Amino acid sequence: MSARRASRTSRTDPAAEHRRDLLRTMVLIRRFEETCAELYSAGRIRGFLHLYVGEEAVATGVMSALEPDETVVTTYREHGHALAKGVTAEPLMAEMFGKVTGCSRGRGGSMHVFDRDTHFLGGNAVVAGGIPLAVGVALADRMQGRDRVTACFFGDGAFAEGELHESLNLAALWRLPVLLCCENNLYAMGTALVKEHAQTDLALRASSYGVRSWAVDGMDVLAVEEAARRAVDEIRGGAGPHFLELRTYRFRAHSMYDADRYRDKAEIERWKERDPIDALAARLDADGVLGEAARSAIEADVAAELERAVAAAAEAPEEPVSDLLRFVHSEEPA
Amino acid sequence: MTTTTPTTTPTTGTPTGTVETTYREALREGLRDALRGDDRVFLMGEDVGSYGGCFGVSLGLLEEFGPERVRDTPLSESAFVGAGIGAAVAGMRPVVEVMTVNFSLLALDQIMNNAATLLHMSGGQFAVPLVIRMTTGGGRQLAAQHSHSLEGWYAHIPGLKVVAPATLEDARGMLAAALADPDPVLLFEHGSLYNTKGTLPAEPAPVDIAHAAVRRSGTDVTVLAYGGMLPRALAAADDLASAGISAEVVDLRVLRPLDEAAVLASVRRTHRAVVVDEGWRSGSLAAEVAARIAEQAFYDLDAPVARVCTAEVPLPYAHQLEDAALPSAETIAAAARSCFGGGHG
Repeated sequence: MSARRASRTSRTDPAAEHRRDLLRTMVLIRRFEETCAELYSAGRIRGFLHLYVGEEAVATGVMSALEPDETVVTTYREHGHALAKGVTAEPLMAEMFGKVTGCSRGRGGSMHVFDRDTHFLGGNAVVAGGIPLAVGVALADRMQGRDRVTACFFGDGAFAEGELHESLNLAALWRLPVLLCCENNLYAMGTALVKEHAQTDLALRASSYGVRSWAVDGMDVLAVEEAARRAVDEIRGGAGPHFLELRTYRFRAHSMYDADRYRDKAEIERWKERDPIDALAARLDADGVLGEAARSAIEADVAAELERAVAAAAEAPEEPVSDLLRFVHSEEPA
Repeated sequence: MTTTTPTTTPTTGTPTGTVETTYREALREGLRDALRGDDRVFLMGEDVGSYGGCFGVSLGLLEEFGPERVRDTPLSESAFVGAGIGAAVAGMRPVVEVMTVNFSLLALDQIMNNAATLLHMSGGQFAVPLVIRMTTGGGRQLAAQHSHSLEGWYAHIPGLKVVAPATLEDARGMLAAALADPDPVLLFEHGSLYNTKGTLPAEPAPVDIAHAAVRRSGTDVTVLAYGGMLPRALAAADDLASAGISAEVVDLRVLRPLDEAAVLASVRRTHRAVVVDEGWRSGSLAAEVAARIAEQAFYDLDAPVARVCTAEVPLPYAHQLEDAALPSAETIAAAARSCFGGGHG
């Protein structure tokens, strides 16, 4: 790709190449979602749309520590996780359009992205509801002798749900290979963390279950990646589940319906100054491995990819209504 | 521990190739077969291991199969049912035991929002070959948080199959059929049946989880029942026979999807129907069965469809109150007799 011709000095530098890839992934997520917001406003995609803008470093950094055959279970704010895991923009955008070419054949929409090829076990729209599934995948991996780590994403709101606490205990009790990633963006929809929790140190609370836990700057993709690699290495070594509290912030409202009355505008602006994409780009610039031309090339490359995705989604067929009742039950033995 | 301890399998062979057994032991043999036959099968739930199962169904299985495959869980219904779903998606064939259907409500999110929906919501990519076993039903003076019959609620949910063994054959065989199914199956064991005694072939034939079964043939009225109500329906049929009424007793067996063809075929033969349901009448499975009969066999009926359901009350502890709340052979027989009076014939 053109971004990889960024700098003569770094062309053969794998570390620089890798960091540019992280940047491209974050840019892809950001622009994908901005495109979705435009399409939503134009009435071309419907349903609920929860944007991840501002939180891109979390998904990008954690996925970078996982192998392709390792499973991810996540929430309804999952476009970023899907793209970072390797779901391509085209089937993801087609899912937004509700088309048969969508990764869930148009049956899931924005909140329920599934992709077997990339071991992406969905978008779960019940807060904390996906966490037990991740524990179960990890249990199956262990029972079947597969050396895999399952990663699970959820928000700070999940800390008020019993399913998280049950799952933390079960995963710790059975020392299962699961990485629990809490995206603490300080708000459970419109309820601030401090209004919902007596103890707001989430890593501390997770550690009370005997799960090794620590907090990470979720606006710094390199810090997230390093923490996730460390945790994944420990898990692979048999240390049992790990918990990361990834401190982040969503720059946009909870969903397209949200008037965002509960947040101070100055607070939002302060967090925007820590934009994870700008932060990484600045570091790469400072290290002499990006430059204006390379950044522009990444943007152009992503824009072209998204243009193709939108065009393909718009043109794709809809599932015939005669297929309505398919997939309620399996069509062939599992 | 060594394998197969005789004390935990008190079935005894007879010269005719049958074994005397109980509903509980038949369920246990079904589990044992499943664990022996497929490495992907494991049993997980509260007290399934060291305790031997809340109702003794899994007694001895921990010793035979070890703690990896007979797995005691914390009291975390949502987490261990959800973990069963995840493990099923990832290639295992879990059998999850929930103590009672009342407690299963703690896992309702996982059953309804994940087990029943993942295949469809993922466009066919992620099937959930999971079996969830639980005890249902009243009659044991366990009051209002252990005794209800909520299987009809689960039978409302697309994506699930719901089965209710009422006989020793089904107690022995339904688990294998459920595990062979690629999708989630809920298996409801009736608490009042665990001690039911009888004989089974030493090598029982497989059973399906697709069809209702006529347990007693008759010509005058069809009594439809399942699970713990089947023995009461059969007792009612005996009573009716002595009064000259020939009742056909149909065991629904599978509550979702209903074997509509079998129900309608019987009603078209007898022209009268009594639906027995241990659930409450309002919004019940009995309502669904009665509605299907009314929709599709209305002109075959000689009398309105009758229903015998549990009184609309949280089940009480006191024996006379609980007995009065539940359908009985007497109330079932009375409902059947009512199909022959009142000028409808």
